[in-house]
Amino acid sequence: MKKLIFSIAAILVCMQIFAQQTPAPPQDKAIALVGGTIHQGNGKVIENGAIAFDAGKIVYVGTADGLTGEFETIDAKGKEIYPGLIAINTTMGLVEIGAVRATADHYEVGQLNPNVRSIIAFNTDSRVIPTVRSNGVLLAQVVPHGGTMPGTSSIVQLDAWNWEDAAYQMDDAIYLDWPPMYKRTGTWWNPGPIEMHKEYDKRLMEVDALLAEAKGYGKGKSRTTNLKLEALQGLYDKSKKLFVYVSNAKEIMDVIELNKKYEFDMVLVGAHDAWMLTDLLVEHKVPVVIEKTHTLPSRSYEDIDLPYRMPAILRDAGVDFALTLGDGWDSFWDQRNLPFHAGTSVAYGLTKEEALESITLAPARMLGIDDRTGSLEKGKDANIIVSEGDLLDVRSSKLTHAFIQGRSIDLNNKQKDLYRKFMKKYGKEIKE
Amino acid sequence: MKKSLLFIVACLFMLEAVAQETFPVNGVYDEREKVFALTNANIFTSHNQKLENATLLIKEGKVEAVGKSVSVPDNAVEIDLQGKYIYPSFIEIFTDYGMPTPEKAEKNWDRKPQYISKKPGAYGWNEAIRPEVGAHSKFTHNKDQADGFRKLGFGAVVSHVQDGLSRGSAACVALNENLPDNESIIKDVAAACYSFDTGSSKQDYPSSLMGAIALLRQTYYDAQWYASGQKEEYNISLDKWNRLQDVPQIFDPGDLLGIFRADKIGDEFDVQYILKGCGEEYQKLDAVKKTNAPLILPINFPDAYDVEDPFDALNVSLQQMKHWELAPYNPARLAEADIVFALTTDQLKDKSKFGGNLAKAIKNGLSHEDALKALTTTPAELSGVTEHLGSLMKGKLANFIVTSDSLFKEGTVMHDNWVKGERFVLKPFTERDLTGAYELKVDGKNYAVEVGGKAAKPKFEIVVNDSTRVPVSHSEGKGSLGLSFKPDEEAKGMYRLSGWADGKNWQGRGQKDDGSWVDWSLTHKGEVPKKEKKDEKAEEDKDAKEEKKEEKAEEGPGKVLHPFLPFGWSEKPEAETVIFKNATIWTNEDEGILEEADLVIRDGKISQVGSGLSVSGAREIDCTGKHVTSGIIDEHSHIAISKGVNEGTQASSAEVSIADVVNSEDVNIYRQLSGGVVASQLLHGSANPIGGQSALVKLRWGSTPEEMKIKGADGFIKFALGENVKQSNWGDNNVSRFPQTRMGVEQVYMDHFTRAQEYASARNARIPARKDLEMEALLEILNKKRFITCHSYVQSEINMLMKVADHFGFTLNTFTHILEGYKVADKMKEHGAAGSTFSDWWAYKYEVIDAIPHNGTILNEMGIVTAFNSDDAEMARRLNQEAAKAIKYGGASEEDAWKFVTLNPAKMLHLDKRMGSLKAGKDADVVLWSEHPMSQYAKAEMTFVDGICYFDREQDKELRKEVEAERNRLIQKMLAAKKGGAPTQKPHPEHHHHYHCDDLDP
Repeated sequence: MKKLIFSIAAILVCMQIFAQQTPAPPQDKAIALVGGTIHQGNGKVIENGAIAFDAGKIVYVGTADGLTGEFETIDAKGKEIYPGLIAINTTMGLVEIGAVRATADHYEVGQLNPNVRSIIAFNTDSRVIPTVRSNGVLLAQVVPHGGTMPGTSSIVQLDAWNWEDAAYQMDDAIYLDWPPMYKRTGTWWNPGPIEMHKEYDKRLMEVDALLAEAKGYGKGKSRTTNLKLEALQGLYDKSKKLFVYVSNAKEIMDVIELNKKYEFDMVLVGAHDAWMLTDLLVEHKVPVVIEKTHTLPSRSYEDIDLPYRMPAILRDAGVDFALTLGDGWDSFWDQRNLPFHAGTSVAYGLTKEEALESITLAPARMLGIDDRTGSLEKGKDANIIVSEGDLLDVRSSKLTHAFIQGRSIDLNNKQKDLYRKFMKKYGKEIKE
Repeated sequence: MKKSLLFIVACLFMLEAVAQETFPVNGVYDEREKVFALTNANIFTSHNQKLENATLLIKEGKVEAVGKSVSVPDNAVEIDLQGKYIYPSFIEIFTDYGMPTPEKAEKNWDRKPQYISKKPGAYGWNEAIRPEVGAHSKFTHNKDQADGFRKLGFGAVVSHVQDGLSRGSAACVALNENLPDNESIIKDVAAACYSFDTGSSKQDYPSSLMGAIALLRQTYYDAQWYASGQKEEYNISLDKWNRLQDVPQIFDPGDLLGIFRADKIGDEFDVQYILKGCGEEYQKLDAVKKTNAPLILPINFPDAYDVEDPFDALNVSLQQMKHWELAPYNPARLAEADIVFALTTDQLKDKSKFGGNLAKAIKNGLSHEDALKALTTTPAELSGVTEHLGSLMKGKLANFIVTSDSLFKEGTVMHDNWVKGERFVLKPFTERDLTGAYELKVDGKNYAVEVGGKAAKPKFEIVVNDSTRVPVSHSEGKGSLGLSFKPDEEAKGMYRLSGWADGKNWQGRGQKDDGSWVDWSLTHKGEVPKKEKKDEKAEEDKDAKEEKKEEKAEEGPGKVLHPFLPFGWSEKPEAETVIFKNATIWTNEDEGILEEADLVIRDGKISQVGSGLSVSGAREIDCTGKHVTSGIIDEHSHIAISKGVNEGTQASSAEVSIADVVNSEDVNIYRQLSGGVVASQLLHGSANPIGGQSALVKLRWGSTPEEMKIKGADGFIKFALGENVKQSNWGDNNVSRFPQTRMGVEQVYMDHFTRAQEYASARNARIPARKDLEMEALLEILNKKRFITCHSYVQSEINMLMKVADHFGFTLNTFTHILEGYKVADKMKEHGAAGSTFSDWWAYKYEVIDAIPHNGTILNEMGIVTAFNSDDAEMARRLNQEAAKAIKYGGASEEDAWKFVTLNPAKMLHLDKRMGSLKAGKDADVVLWSEHPMSQYAKAEMTFVDGICYFDREQDKELRKEVEAERNRLIQKMLAAKKGGAPTQKPHPEHHHHYHCDDLDP
C-alpha cells in the first residue's frame, strides 16, 4: 500500500513537471559564429570576430575577415561570445529540492569518505540544471558534502543522458573540509560565544594520519584492500587534485603547513582570509576559489566591500583565483547568478576580461582541464555561449546560443515554459 | 547517629545565637544588650555628612546615638577609634544571596514542545510569570557568601530569586552570621523584580524577546482585569502581581537596549522601574538619562584581550576593544549626567574584584562622595529601607564599617564590618610590626637579627657579616612567635625556638639541633639600619618616571561612537541643503527619467526637481554622468532585530511586535546604506500563521531604536502560509502544533478572526473587560487599521487567504515571497493585493518548485503593485541589481523595474505619499549612483535619509582608516596592559546571526 502511494505520488510529481530538455546530438556539421565580439576568456578580445568549430573542437578563432572554409554560419553581429562558464564546488545534480530529504544525495554519513564519488548520484535529469545552463554555465564540478573528507568530485558537462555521458573529467579531485578552529556554542536559536574547537588538533592529526597511511598503502603491499586509502592514491601521483575548504587565516596557514609534507596539487576553496596571506599563497603557488562576491564581510569592522574587492586584492597580489557560488544551501540553483558575482567584482577593481577569466579559464586551470576548455582557442572543446549583451551585467545578459563540445544546447527550461504558459493564459505579450 | 549529631550542631548554633522572642531556649538565657561606644572617630553618618572626632553609640544592634557630644554610658564597651573612619556599610541591591539556584530549562531543538504550564496549583498560565515567589520565604543565610560580601564592606543585601520574567518579591536581609534567619530579614517585601529572561520555565512561549515583552504587557492587563472585580477565576499569580505593585519595581533588562525596552513598558503602565544596567550606559547616555530611571550598575569591567598574536587579535571586534577602554568611565559619566545609580557586585564573576574595579571607576573620575552614595544612600532609598539602612542615625541598624583612613583612598584598610551591632573583624586595628633590628641570645651565643620586609610580611635574617646572612623562618601565633634556623655551618640541624612577647622583646624556650632544651631571648634594638640610601632614591626616581610614562601612555579614552560599532559617528550628522547638479534623475513620477537635471534637498525634504536650478548656501554636488534616485525600500527585512525574529511557539502571536526589539546596533544598517537602502520593513518570521507586528524603520544610522521608527506609519503584521507554519521541515518532534496542513492553516484564520469579532462585542458588553493584545491586533486588521504582509508560496494558499480576507471584509495588503503569485495574478489583481517577491530564488524547498524568475514581471504586467525584497542581510545591499532581473526575466521596462525596489514597496507600506519618488515635498531619501543604478557596475556613492548623508563612499574611506587606527591604538594599549601585569582574556570570533524569516526560533 505504502509503495503504491509512493508511486502514485511519483507519477503526480512527474505529471506536474514539464517535458524536459533533450540532450543535443553530437555535432554533425561545422559551424561558425560570425560577427560578434569574442571574449576568449584568456584576457583577449576580438572585435568583429569569428569562431568556428567542427566535431566538437574549435578550429578557428579570429577576425571575421580571416575565416575561411565551409561552415554553417550563425550571424552573431552585435552579440558577445564567451567560453562556457564553469561552476566549481557545486551540489548541482546531487540535490533537487533543498528541504526535501528524498531529493538530497550530497551528504554522506561519516567523517572520512574519500571513496564516496559524486558522479554516482549526479542526476542529469535535474530540472535545476537547464535553468543554470541557460545563464551560461556549461560545466560543473559536482562535489559531495559532509564530514572532514566528504568524497571525490567529478567534472560534468551539463547536457547529458546519464552520468557516464556527463562525465567531463571523472573523479577529478578529493575534497577536504578543513576542521574548523572555532566552533559555536549554544544552539543556533540561542547562540553562546564562539570558542576554540577543542578537537581541532585531534582532527588535524586524523587527517594527517589518513594521508600518511594512504601514502604508505600506495607504496607497499597490504594484506587487505582499503577503499578509503585506495581512493586517495590519485593525490600522490597528482592524477587527482586536493580541494581544501578552509576559512580563517590560521587555518589556511595550517593547511599550507600540512601540504609541505605531501606536496599535493592543492586548491583552496572559500579561504575568506586569503587576502591577509597573499605572500604565503604566492610563495607556495596555491590558487584560491573565492566563494561568492555577494556575501557579507566576516568581521564587523572589515571594509564593507571586502568580499566585492576580494578578486581584485588577490589579482594585485598575484594569487591565482577563480570564483564560484560556494557550497551553501543555494549552491546549486544559484549558480545561474555566477556571471553576476563576477560582474560585481568589475565595479571593485577587476577588468571585465579578468572577471570573465575567473569563471572560465581560471576554474579550468584549477580543475586541470584548461588544455581542453576554459577559453576560446583553437584545438579546445567548443564550449561556447553567445549573449545578446554584456554577460556579466544582469540587464543585458541573455543567452541566444550555447554549445557544449560543439553540440547546440537547448536553452529552454521549465521556468520559461511556465512563464509562457501563464502569459498566454492572461493574454499578455511574451517577452523573451 | 548522623541525625543526633546534626541536632547537637543545631543546638550549639542556637546557644551561640541571640535568643529570639518566640523560640524556646535550651539552657540559661544569654541576652546581652551589646552596648558599644566607638569614640574619637571620623564618622560619615551619610554619604555627604562627616563628623570629626565623634562617637557612635550602638545598642541591641541599633544606633543609639551619634555625634560629637555623645556621653558614653557606663555599661558600654568603649572602642577608641582615634584617627579612624566609620561609614554606613554598603547595601547590595541586586543579588540572589541566600536564594535557591533555579533549575535550568533545557530547551533543546530535539525536545517536544510544551504549550501550557505544568506548574501545579492555581497559578497563572505561564511558568515564566512567578510573582508568587517571595524571596523572604526562600531565604536562608549562606555563610560563605555573607563572608565574601562583608569583606567588601556590605552589611545588607536586597535579594531575590533570579528566575523568570516576573520574579516575585525581593527581601532585604542583613549579612549577619550568628542570628537565626528570622532576625536577618530586615524587610520581607522590599521590591518586585522582573526581567526579559524566562529562566527555568519549560514552556515554549515566549521564545523571543518580543514574546517576553508581550507577555509582560499582557500580564499587566490581566492583572488590571483581575483586580477590577472579575469573578471568573482565582489566580494566585495575578493576585500576587497586584499586591506587589506598591513596592519598588526592579527590572533587569539584560543589555543596554533592554533598558529602553523595559522603560517603555513601564511608561505604558505608569511604572517607573529601577533598571539594572549592564555597564555600557555611557554608549547612550542621553537616552539613558531620558528614561528618568534610577539604575543599578555593575562594575564588571572586562579584562584586556590577549592580542599578542595578530591573527588572534582579528577576532576582537572594535566594539569589544573600545568597551574595554571605556567601561571604567561608565560610573563617572553617569554621575556627571546626574543619573541616580546604585552600584552592584552583580555580573562580577569574581566578586572579590569589586574593590579593585571600584578603585578603577574612581581613578576614572567617579568622586568619593558619589561612590559612597551609590553604595549606601541610593540603594537604601531605591529599596525603600532608609528607615533601617543607608545612614547612621538613631534608630537605624548598626550596620557600619570601620576603616583606617578615608574610605576610597589608596592604601586604606577596612578593619571592621559591623552588622546589626555584631562586629566582624576583617583586619585588626593594631597589627604586630616585627620589623627592626634585634639581638638574639640563645645558648649563650649572641646573634644579630634583622627583620626586614613589611609588617604584614616580615623577613627574618641573622646577620653574620656584611655579605653573609642566614635566613630564619618564622611563624606567628596570636601571642607566640616561632623561629627556626641553622645557627652555623657546623650545626647538624635546625634550632627551633618558640616564645612569648614582652613589649617589643620576645623570650621563650627552644630545642637545639641535638634536641636539648634551651632558653632564648630576642631583644629589640631599633630600626633596621637603612643602607644605600642613594640607590633607593634612584629607584624612587625611576618609579616616578615610569609612572609618568604610564600616564602618558594612557591617553584616551577614545570617542563614543553612534552606534557603538565600526563606522559609527561621533558627531551627529545634520540634514543638509544640497543641490545635485547635472544628474540623470529617476523621478518615479510622470516626468520619468530626466537627463542633465538638478535636485535640491533642504530641511530633510526634497524642495525642487528640475533643470538649471540654483540655491545659495547649498552644497553643490556635480553629478555629471551620474544618476540620482529615491532611496531603496526593502519590504521584507530581518536586520536590526534583537533576540529572535520568530515567536513561533503558538499558531498566533499577533500580540508580539518587532517594534519592541529594533536593534540600532547592527552594522548591517551601514552596509545597507552603502547599497542605497533608506528604509525597511522589519518583519516577524514565518514560523506561524499569524506572526507578529512589524517595525517600519528608516536606516538612521546611529539613532536609537525609537528614533529609527517611521513616525505616523501604518501598522503592519506578518502572516505566513505553507511549509514553515505547518512545520514541514521542523523535524519529527514538531508534529503536534495545530496546524500541520494547509487545511488547518485556513481554520486558524477563520477561528482567530471569528474570535476577534466576538471579542469586540464581548468587550463592549462585559464588565470588567479584559484587554487581550492578540485580539486587539486582529481587530485592528478587521477594522482596516493594521495591514497584513503574508509570507506565501503556492497558489492554493494565496487564493485561500484572499477568500478569508473577503469573508471578513478586508483586503490582504501584501503577499511577500509569493513565488507562485503568477499563477493567480488575475485573482490578486481583483482582490487588490500587492506582491513583494524574491527575484529568482527557488528549489530550496518543495513549495518553491514552481517558482520562476519571471514572477515579478508577470505580476507587474497584470497591474499588481510589485516589489523585489531581500529577506537577506546580504542581498538587501544589492537590491538595485535584483531589480535588474525584472528586465532580464520577462522584459520589464527599466523604469518599472526600478520601482520594484523604490516606489512600489513604498506603496505597499503606505509610505508613498512621503517616500519612493523624487518630488518636491517628499522626504529627502536620495541616492547618488556612480552610473545607471541597475548596472552590475553601479555603486551608491552617497545615501541621504531625511536629508542627512548617512553614507558617503569618500567618507567611508576615511572611516576605514579611523577604524584601523583606533584598533591599532587599542591593541597597543592592551599589550601595554598585559605587560603591566593586567589579566587578559582570550579573544574569540564575533557571533553574527543574520535572520531570515525561516529562522525557526522555537
